[in-house]
Amino acid sequence: MTLRAGQASVGPERTIVIWIPDWPIHAQRLEREAEQRLAPQEPAPPRALGDSTLHTENAVGTTTAATPTALISGHRVVACSAAARAAGVRIGLREREASRLCPGISLHPHHPETDDRRFAPVLAAIERLAPGTQQIRPGTCALRARGPARYYGNEQAAAGALLRLVEELGFPEARVGIADGRFTAIHAARAGSAAHGIDAPAAGIRIVPPSASAQFLSALPVSRAAPPDLAEVLFGLGIRTLGDLAALPEESIRQRFGPSGVEAHRLAGARSTALDHAPLPATPREIVLSLDFEPPLSSTDHLAFASSAAAERFVTDLLAEALVCTEVRIELIDDVGIRYERTWAHPGRFTASDLINRIRWQAGGLHGGTERTGAGIAALRVAPERVERTAAHEPGLWSGEPDERVHHHITRLQNLVGHDGALIGSLVGGRLSTERQRFSPWGTRPPRTAHRSLGAGPWPNGLAAAGAPTRVFPTPLPAELLDASGSPVTLDDDLLSSDPASLRVDGHGLSHRVIAWSAPWPVRERWWASSVERFRMQLVLDDGSAWLLHRTGRVQRGPRARNAGGEPVTDDPDDAARADASRGLPAWFAEGQYD
Amino acid sequence: MRGGSYSVQGSLALALALVADASASGLWCGAVGFPDLGLESAAAIGIALERFVLVPRPGDRALNAVATLSEVLSIVLTRTSGSVRQADADRVAARLRERGAVLICVGDWPHPTSTLRVIDSSWQGLGTGRGVLGERTLTVQTRDRRGPSTRTIKFDGGRPSVSRTRFLEALR
Repeated sequence: MTLRAGQASVGPERTIVIWIPDWPIHAQRLEREAEQRLAPQEPAPPRALGDSTLHTENAVGTTTAATPTALISGHRVVACSAAARAAGVRIGLREREASRLCPGISLHPHHPETDDRRFAPVLAAIERLAPGTQQIRPGTCALRARGPARYYGNEQAAAGALLRLVEELGFPEARVGIADGRFTAIHAARAGSAAHGIDAPAAGIRIVPPSASAQFLSALPVSRAAPPDLAEVLFGLGIRTLGDLAALPEESIRQRFGPSGVEAHRLAGARSTALDHAPLPATPREIVLSLDFEPPLSSTDHLAFASSAAAERFVTDLLAEALVCTEVRIELIDDVGIRYERTWAHPGRFTASDLINRIRWQAGGLHGGTERTGAGIAALRVAPERVERTAAHEPGLWSGEPDERVHHHITRLQNLVGHDGALIGSLVGGRLSTERQRFSPWGTRPPRTAHRSLGAGPWPNGLAAAGAPTRVFPTPLPAELLDASGSPVTLDDDLLSSDPASLRVDGHGLSHRVIAWSAPWPVRERWWASSVERFRMQLVLDDGSAWLLHRTGRVQRGPRARNAGGEPVTDDPDDAARADASRGLPAWFAEGQYD
Repeated sequence: MRGGSYSVQGSLALALALVADASASGLWCGAVGFPDLGLESAAAIGIALERFVLVPRPGDRALNAVATLSEVLSIVLTRTSGSVRQADADRVAARLRERGAVLICVGDWPHPTSTLRVIDSSWQGLGTGRGVLGERTLTVQTRDRRGPSTRTIKFDGGRPSVSRTRFLEALR
């Protein structure tokens, strides 16, 4: 015990990392094979893991390994097989680009839960050989090197034994990395055999000698340790490699970049981090809140009150494990057995009162629904979906979270006006004013945008930020635009049929004289899908108000419309306008007002 | 300024410009009862959207929402459709004074610290069938304890063209 304590104080422990490259591809292949096996025959009895995977490897593994495969999520490649990579397919590539580079590629949707489910038996098999194995992510797991190394004689022999096991399971391309600390071991496993400061005694085994980790890491790019935005900043400052970063004094990093900078710095210097000492438990399944109500509760207030003590205990139990919960799954089961389930994320961490509020909101949402028939909620289950260490949630100087007081009061307000009654807005990309803004309820994780500058990016035919109306109607208001003779103003191609003289907007009083107007300009969206093009114009009225109007023009003829060829597409604006007029539809809509 | 209530009549942009100063300096602000607020123009005027709490449809609980928000926010923007009962207004005013928050009401508010009424609004940049909306000139009549006075405010490209501090002075 004393020896280990001594080692821990010097630096991180020797760690073995087992890495199976392209795990999502393997998981997807196993899943597909399981489906194929099940389809023609009766469901196979559950088999021992080693058998089933060996079987699959012999049966179909060879054929699929040759077929280039990629998994797609959000139209981007998230994983690809070796064959696909050889054809130039990379992670992050667009789906279309991937099929262009590699025409024979088979594309499948990515199911993260499959990755996890299929890795669980592999993890269990490794666990049987060497206890104390932890999953870092599906396809990668870590364990302490000390035990296996002593049992097998040395680290190389231990790595060889693990590698043989994983190969027997059907993953011959697996790699094992051994180094001081988990971070270094992960990167050792992925390093080439000729990399600087690494021993490669056998194929698939990479060993960084004790206390040489910093030297090995120093040549790696800084993005390996730092989150993307920080890496970008560091790169701009001329700090390109982990060696450069590790050479800086920690205090300077702390002052300038806060906790995330210190974390990256510690990783770069191969020093121990919170990760190494006590690895994160996957999800503490034993900590769940479970309550049964007899008789069923029909009022949200009763439910909130009845669950308050249990919620308090739930949070305290987590805290006792030095964990906080950032995502929970709440299940409400009513007396007829119907289950209402929802996952709630929190931008900070859940306290007991946050939890009770989520229960209250979820139950409140049910009462609004029409399909609910039972007398009330008979059971409540709350399970943590995502937990984090408390250390990561101590309020620091850099906490970007809103003031506790602000949060508390706005949460109280949400009890008054409903969970989605109090919102925070953000700007996103789009052409029409309503598309350029997005609202998310207070206290949920802000929706992620792929590009930060999306809202500011170029949107042809859009308005400049300076020209954005102060009032944007969620649904455009019908407007009546008349010329001097009192007949409606329509569009002739992209010109006005006559000069507008008066405008009346629904819900905004009587009509006013138009004193100035812009030329209508077209907004062409999704022209390839033969959508309707829109025209917008700005107007100033004699009462000093200014408006942004739009109207639909002709149907655009895109390539798809031409290819389909079936339906004739009208492109005569007069026809469309006449058709609208005959149906009594308003031609112009007020999109916004410059109030 | 702090603890006061302001009634702005005739322009939402003017009300947003009053909020922008505080919001840009890092204070939390909010708006109650604006389901049609244009966020892009609010951001262009200078409001930090990540510290701008929106309660678009408070229903008949608008004043409750205003009172709750004024506990923690520095400036609360709201709008009244009908008349506000004096008792309700007093309750909100007491909360504002206690917390040092500011209420900006688009529309009538009983006994405001100051009333800003747009008496003329003119636009430049737009002709007959050409141009785009450009500079906006608002003639604002302020009415407070010192009596009425008239000021001219220009909005250029969404922002008030005078600097922020001068903008507030101009309204005083």
